[in-house]
Formats: sequence, structure tokens, C-alpha cells
Amino acid sequence: MSSRPKLDLRAKTHLSYFAYACHRFSGLLLACFVPLHFLMLSQSLRGASEFERYLGLTDFWVFKFGEWALVILLAIHLVGGIRLIMIEFGPWRGLRKAWTQVAVLFGIACGLLFLYLAN
Amino acid sequence: MGQVMSQAVLQAKLWYAQRISAMILGICVSIHLIIIFYAIRGGLTAEEILGRTQGNIAFAIFYEIFVLACFVHAPIGLANILEETFSKGFISKALSSILAILILILGTTAVIGVYTGGAL
Amino acid sequence: MLDMGFNINYFFISQKIIFDLFFTIYRYNELMSNTDLKVKVWRGAQEGEFVEYLVPRNPNQTVLDVVTFIQRKLDPTLSYRFACRVGMCGSCAMTVNGVARWTCRTHVSQIVEGDSLEIAPLNNLPVIKDLATDMREFFNKWKGAVGFFKGDKTRHDDFARVEPQSPERQLANAGIECIGCGVCYSSCEVVQSRPNYLGPAALNRAWTLTNDVRDVQQLDRLRAVAGDEGCHACHTQGSCTERCPKKLEPTASIAGLKKLVARAAVRGSKWGKL
Repeated sequence: MSSRPKLDLRAKTHLSYFAYACHRFSGLLLACFVPLHFLMLSQSLRGASEFERYLGLTDFWVFKFGEWALVILLAIHLVGGIRLIMIEFGPWRGLRKAWTQVAVLFGIACGLLFLYLAN
Repeated sequence: MGQVMSQAVLQAKLWYAQRISAMILGICVSIHLIIIFYAIRGGLTAEEILGRTQGNIAFAIFYEIFVLACFVHAPIGLANILEETFSKGFISKALSSILAILILILGTTAVIGVYTGGAL
Repeated sequence: MLDMGFNINYFFISQKIIFDLFFTIYRYNELMSNTDLKVKVWRGAQEGEFVEYLVPRNPNQTVLDVVTFIQRKLDPTLSYRFACRVGMCGSCAMTVNGVARWTCRTHVSQIVEGDSLEIAPLNNLPVIKDLATDMREFFNKWKGAVGFFKGDKTRHDDFARVEPQSPERQLANAGIECIGCGVCYSSCEVVQSRPNYLGPAALNRAWTLTNDVRDVQQLDRLRAVAGDEGCHACHTQGSCTERCPKKLEPTASIAGLKKLVARAAVRGSKWGKL
């Protein structure tokens, strides 16, 4: 005897839901990151050399990996967000699946560009 | 009935505010991404950052607009997530208000910081 | 210059062709198989269990054929709904392998996993018995969204004139084919997580009526879809649009309502202030 089945993953394996999930997940992580980012930047109030010292704290590989991941999340959230604005305010042209694909590709592109440009 | 309606009006206004701030952020984030890619070439030092932003009123205004848009956009998004994961009520309002205050205060501080470069 | 050249649809068509090719190759075994189907069917109500039945395969077999076979030949105590069996009435909607579908329009060969099928009642609705759900909350929400028409003319007045090419009529046309089958409602995660959420079908119907220039309840309707459990709770996940068997797009209707309600909340609507 068990409880009646509920909506599970099989109902959600379609592109539009995936876009929603990525957007929500990236938004949540960005919301957590942004105050820390501002905190770090506000150390600039201490002057250039002190700021440099605090920036040095981020030289650990964990932070470098985090920066890379956050650039990708930002890229995905940006393009996913444009998709939502198109759906909610633009002329109706379906669930804008092309935009989801662009979001993923743009995220990958930003990730690669970051790796290439950073030292 | 009046209370239900004013709740509904509030929800509608929050939705609208989040979408308008999203449009502003769309522009700000696009520009910011370009700046990021330009800035990280060959490493990132405090002098480089401050060299660009110190005394630059255009950057200051741009980033303050960015902070204000974030201040509207992120807490509403967080409140939605919390209301659906936990129930509506105190927790979601409290945590999103905390996020809002953090973004506003820390963000404006950061903008002032990079504009003045510590020369306050 | 642009009309026969690059067309964004070619991009999607070619993706679909490649996907269909892989799908056919991948499902070759299922298409050619003739072993019995192992069909798990939900028996019970809110509490119960999946019971497995063995059903012989037939060409062009639909899931409704399978359920009917079980009830007629294997277990007469199975309860399920169907009516037209040709994809017009929406009565046979059930959850098949986790996805809400019309069983009369779902070929077994398209969705079978190996030899297995899982058939359950529609999600998000209380179960009366086995595969039959209680649709009352679904239709109550339709009423709750003022999803019904009320005009102010009588038989003594002239016909109302609605211009077929008018934007409102076009918008209404896009959504009026809904037959209330419940597939969208039972595919929606927001319905699952917010039990009072009106749901895609009710909101879709409210939108079509918002675009009915003869209707006189527009302000009530705006108020009804504006609440906490109204259109703004929709997260544009798109499951409703993805699954609608009539290819309706509740996401579009809800987007229309969101804009209308937001503007009404901020600036007031042409029917009055919210």
C-alpha cells in the first residue's frame, strides 16, 4: 500500500521546463553571490593597496572556479531571462525554444572565453 | 475582499517591477559581461580596476543603476522561490528583505568605493 | 531575398528529422517486438498500489486498447473513463509513463519502455478509484476564474457584432478549442505546489473571455485571476503548452493575462480599477 503517484521527473523532461529550472537555479546562486561580490568590491574604500590585498584572498583555486562558474550562470540567466521577456511581453511565437538553445550555447561560449582570457 | 484585492494588486505590482528591472538588468548585464571579458585579460589587479573606475562618473552612475535594478529584481525572485519551497509567510518576507538591504547597502558602498578609490 | 533562403524553421526541421531517425532506430526493438506487454496499472484510490497485467500486443494498439483489454478480459473490477475513443472528448486522459496523455490517441509503440507501460490516474486531482479522478476542483477553478460568459443583451436586441479579423477575436480564437480534458492541469508543477492555483485551463478560458467583447464581467474576471493563486503564480514552465492534445497554448493566454492584470494594478483597466 502506498500513496498515489505524483508528478515526477518524467513529466518535466522537456526543454521549456529545463529552461525554467536553469533560470531558477542560476538566479538563486547569483542572488547568494552578489552580496559577497559587493562586499569584496567595497574593500576598494580602503585604497588600492589594501584592495589588492583583499583581492589576493581570492587567489585560491576554489574562488577561481567559482568566478568561472558564476560567469556561466550569469550568461545562462541573462539569455534565459531575455527568453522570458520575449514570452511574456513579445509577440507570441511559442515557447521560444531557440532561445533556450542559445542560452546554453552562450553559457558555454562565455565559459570558454573566460578560460581563454583569464590568466 | 478589500484585503484580498490589495494582496492581488501587490502581487501584480511586484511581478511588473521584477520584469521592468529585468529589462534594465538585461542591458546592464550585457555591458558588464563585455567589461568582465575586457578586464580579465592577463589577470586582474586592484590598480587596473580602480584605474578604470576611479573618478569616472559614468561608471559610477552605470553601476548604481545596476545595483538598484538588482535590489528590485533579486529579492522578489528569492521571495517566490521561498514561498513555494516553504510556505508563504514570515520566512520568505524576512529573507528577501535581508537580501534587499544587503544588496542596496553593500552595492552602493561598492560603487562609492570604486569611484573614490579609497580617497574618501 | 530572405524568404526562400535561410529560414529558422529549417534549423528545427532538421533537428526533428535527426531526432526522429534516432528515435526510430532506438525503438526498433519495441516496434518489432511481439512479446506480451507488462502493464502496471494503479489500483486503489489515494492509497493503493500498482498491479501488473500481461497484455498481448496488437498492431496499432493504443493505451486505451490496453486498458480496455485489462478490464474486459483480465480484471473487471478496473475503473476507468473513456467515451468517444477517437480523440475528440478528452475523457480518456491518464498518466502514461509519467506523462499526461489522451490514451485513445497514444500508440503503445511510441511510448512503451522495453515491454513495460505504467498507467496511472491524472496527477494533481483526487483519485476516486483506479484510473478515474475527481474533476470537480478542476471545474470549480474554471468558475473561480470567471471562466463563463455573461452578456447584457436579450433576445429582443440585435445580434452582437464581433469583427472576425479584430485582434480580440483572433486572440480568443487561439484558445477556445479547449474541451476541459485536464491534461494541462495535471502536467503543471505550480498546480502541484500551490493547491489553490487556478491552473492553465481555467486561466486560458478566462483569457478567451477577456477577449470576448460582449462579456460584461471583465472587472470581476480580472480580479479573479489577479490573486495570489492567479496568473502571476505561473512560472512559464510550459508543461501545459507542451502537453495539450489540442495544441493550445495556455502559456500565451496566461502571459496575456499577466500583462493585463499588471497594467490594471498600476494604471487601471478600461473596465475600471482593480
